[in-house]
Amino acid sequence: MKTPINNHSEVKLSCRNVWKVYGAKPEQFFGGSEGKAPDAGKHADDIHAANHIVANADVSFDVHVGEIFVIMGLSGSGKSTIVRCLSRLVEPTAGEILLDGEDLLKKSDAELIDIRRHKMGMVFQSFGLMPHLNVIDNIAFPLKLQGVDEAKCYEQAARVIELVGLEGRESNFPKELSGGQQQRVGIARSLAVEPDVWFLDEPFSALDPLIRKQMQDEFLRIQSKLHKSIVFITHDFQEALRIADRMAIMRDGAVVQIGRPIDLILNPADDYVREFTQDVPWERILRAEDILDAETALTEGQERVAQGTLVEPILPRLAQSNAGVIVEAADGSVLGVATARGLVRALAGGCAAPSVAQEV
Amino acid sequence: MPFKLHRGDLHWLCVIGVMLVCLALKNEWDWLATYPENWILPLSDWLNAIMNWIVKYFGWFFLGISWLLEWPIKAVRFALNSLPWSVTTFLFCVVAWAASGWKLAGFTLFSMLYMLVIGYWSESMNTLSLVAISVPLAILVGFAFGVWGFFSDRAERAIMPMLDVLQTVPSFAYLLPILMLFGFGTVVGLIASVLYSFPPMVRNTIVGLRGVSPEVIESGLMSGATPGQLFWQVRVPSSLRQLLLGVNQATMASLSMVIIASIIGGTADIGWEVLSTIRRAEFGESLLAGMVIALMAMVIDRITAGLAARSGDYDPEDKTFAQKHRSWIIAVLGAVLLFVLSQIIGALNEWPRAWEYSPARPMNDSLTYLVVNFRDQIETIKKLAFFFVMLPAKIGLQGAVSPFTWGFELMLAHKIAYAAGMAALAGWAAYRGSVRSGITILIFAILIYFGLTEVPWPAVMLICAVAGWKIGGRVLGIGTALGLGFIVVTGIWPEAMLSVYLCGIAVLISFFAGTAIGIWAAHNDAVSAIVRPFNDTLQTMPLFVLLIPFVMVFKIGEFTALLAIIAYAIVPAIRYAEHGLRSLPANVIEAATMIGATNRQMLWQVKIPLALPVMMLGLNQTIMYGIAMLVIAALVGTNGLEQIVYIGLSDGDFGVGITAGIGMAIIAIITDRMTHAWSRRRQEELGLNLG
Repeated sequence: MKTPINNHSEVKLSCRNVWKVYGAKPEQFFGGSEGKAPDAGKHADDIHAANHIVANADVSFDVHVGEIFVIMGLSGSGKSTIVRCLSRLVEPTAGEILLDGEDLLKKSDAELIDIRRHKMGMVFQSFGLMPHLNVIDNIAFPLKLQGVDEAKCYEQAARVIELVGLEGRESNFPKELSGGQQQRVGIARSLAVEPDVWFLDEPFSALDPLIRKQMQDEFLRIQSKLHKSIVFITHDFQEALRIADRMAIMRDGAVVQIGRPIDLILNPADDYVREFTQDVPWERILRAEDILDAETALTEGQERVAQGTLVEPILPRLAQSNAGVIVEAADGSVLGVATARGLVRALAGGCAAPSVAQEV
Repeated sequence: MPFKLHRGDLHWLCVIGVMLVCLALKNEWDWLATYPENWILPLSDWLNAIMNWIVKYFGWFFLGISWLLEWPIKAVRFALNSLPWSVTTFLFCVVAWAASGWKLAGFTLFSMLYMLVIGYWSESMNTLSLVAISVPLAILVGFAFGVWGFFSDRAERAIMPMLDVLQTVPSFAYLLPILMLFGFGTVVGLIASVLYSFPPMVRNTIVGLRGVSPEVIESGLMSGATPGQLFWQVRVPSSLRQLLLGVNQATMASLSMVIIASIIGGTADIGWEVLSTIRRAEFGESLLAGMVIALMAMVIDRITAGLAARSGDYDPEDKTFAQKHRSWIIAVLGAVLLFVLSQIIGALNEWPRAWEYSPARPMNDSLTYLVVNFRDQIETIKKLAFFFVMLPAKIGLQGAVSPFTWGFELMLAHKIAYAAGMAALAGWAAYRGSVRSGITILIFAILIYFGLTEVPWPAVMLICAVAGWKIGGRVLGIGTALGLGFIVVTGIWPEAMLSVYLCGIAVLISFFAGTAIGIWAAHNDAVSAIVRPFNDTLQTMPLFVLLIPFVMVFKIGEFTALLAIIAYAIVPAIRYAEHGLRSLPANVIEAATMIGATNRQMLWQVKIPLALPVMMLGLNQTIMYGIAMLVIAALVGTNGLEQIVYIGLSDGDFGVGITAGIGMAIIAIITDRMTHAWSRRRQEELGLNLG
């Protein structure tokens, strides 16, 4: 189900056949660290039958450079475990985790500390702030651990404080801040070391809905500046749709489907995914470039819209004329023509998916 | 479902049957009534032999340690005694001010002046010097063990029972072995105090380190912390508050043990002063000296508690050096200034004799007046308590009721009426649906009729073991049986029952009275505000001191011991009852209000059942406090195990003392495990119900 990615081609972080099994002797189910199993589902059932708990079953995905990769799942689906496997806070039972092509699981403790210090940042659901440190010390904490010169620590910390908009709060302690502010500290701290890979484990789940929306915007604004490779965990499908470049849906420790939000909505892999997608208004997800119609030729003087424009605002124009609108990329080059036919085709393509055919 | 018997109830009925059979047969078979002497294991002789062997071959080693530890004590003692009082007082006040503020500084000043005016300055400084050495040692040892236990589950499993034993074995029992190993002197007090005060530090260290939220640890790891950085820069500072709580508890324990250890004498400290004045029946003096200890305890407690509470609030402002270290600068400058002044003005160096005033004599006189003029009333109170409460519990109604005590002879008719009444009560309880309480009533009815000390030991053992099994599972049942078995085969069963009887009455009274007060305080803020300072004072008061007022009025004897135990053990009962009721989930109360519960229904059918697990923890603490005080109460003449421990200490008989001490520890640990297990199970059940 994987969709080819156009603009982020380089793979930053790759998760290959990762298993995490809890129990008395989890290694017994795997030969060495090899995570490949001919039938993952059956293998998971076997492990379960042997009184072990399968937290992650045969999870594989790639995260590309500069991409926001969202892992969505309900509680107990293994999403928090997999992100901890990626950072090796939890030791996977089997499989491979490749960061820049190198297997993270083969790294020594010292190498791992070094990787965490320079390449990874993580934001936690309940913030994980040091209760005994004030805002600026919390943010400077990772730098201080590295032994960076104190003045430089604070200089860098002040920079990220500005990035997350917490100026003036430097000397407050975590307990004096609201949830949203605390999470800003968490975000600032994770960015202080300028990591390549940024893990966010349900960063906004503990916040009120309004604040959550605000923080999502803030997050997207920061990402538009920094272009990190991001793994974002959430249980909120709407949140996932808002921010994901691509997303994976997890259930019972396994990945059910991976794709762009629009792929999931138009082609849900099974009923489980459809549960989430059926009420999502497609006109708010579908973008102009998704409904290009190759059979309609360009005509001069046609209206133009930018790539990334939602279908919703251009619906009246599509209704008026079969000629459609021209979609152009940021650099001005023309991607194609979006037409009513293209729109219908996109929606019909979704409806023609095999799983739906069975149901009909 | 009236009269539906479960299998568990049948077990209990069998137990009652066995109990009655034992009672019936005890006149036929002597071994049922008293455990035969020639079956007794000569454990104390073996222990003495082992101890002698150790002293003979390894004595030099312990004496060496003793010699080493002697030096710091001497140094601190010298320093505290030779510093001018004005400097010491000033420094303490600055510390108090820095820890908590002007109020505490004022209280500290008052306490120090009290020591000076009453004339116990040097004794107080001697006690303080011992505390000053023992506390850092205890904290160091406790922290080290705590960290070890935190990182290694196996170590924790080994450490925890050791802590239980150290905290439950009566302090008098381990003074003697220390005395034998380390030789006579202040070091005994030091080592005893370290042994007694490091366990709370261990517990708090483990709890604190465990309590750090996993996300904080993970965020530390993701920041790239090395194991050392993770420990010292994440775990320890995040749990600082709990660690400082441990410091506070260790300090209080250390002070109380230093006082108790002065019983061996030769320390010229304040504890010795209290003890010797009690022995000479100079109650005014002993009360005045006791006040010194109480004040010292309160000051130290407030200072360390203040430090614990302050950790975490930092001043946000950027400050100059002088502002940051203001307390230090004031302390140093003031101390130097006062030192110089005291060299010029003698009165600042040594408190002039003429300024001392001891109200001991008028106190003694008024006490004598009181005791002489109210002799009849005092005697009546004592008699009533003895005849109607203590004696029935000890030797049963069967023995206690006589024309001399109750005013009538126990006739067959009375016996039948009692039996019928109790059976009816039990039957009624069973009919109301609670077979369990019916059985409890039956067992207690039998116990009260025959008396705890008269019930054959196999029957008591069986009841306890079955109770342990029912409450905490097979392990607790077997453990209980083994523990009591130890008490039986070492031949200290009769004394153990005397301890249980005295402590049992005291605990029951404390628990019910304390719970009643706690319920009242939970519903009335004014009462709560009045009760709290009383509780705080009673709890920080060293055990010795609590004895004094009761000995003054009621002289020595079991009744005095009973009152002293109640005074101390009532505190946790009050605290836990109030806490349990005040921290009930608000939604349940709201729901009950909306259903239309009256105040009485609310209390009995909603609040108390829900708060019961917390109250049971209070009972647990009440028992532990009771046992702790019981040990000290041996000083005023009791007859139980605690007395054997005390005699063992004064006779220098290590084996006897330690055997009885272990016996007491066993009783304490069994009751502790049972009440804990009950409370835990009940909480789980309620958690499910509320869930």
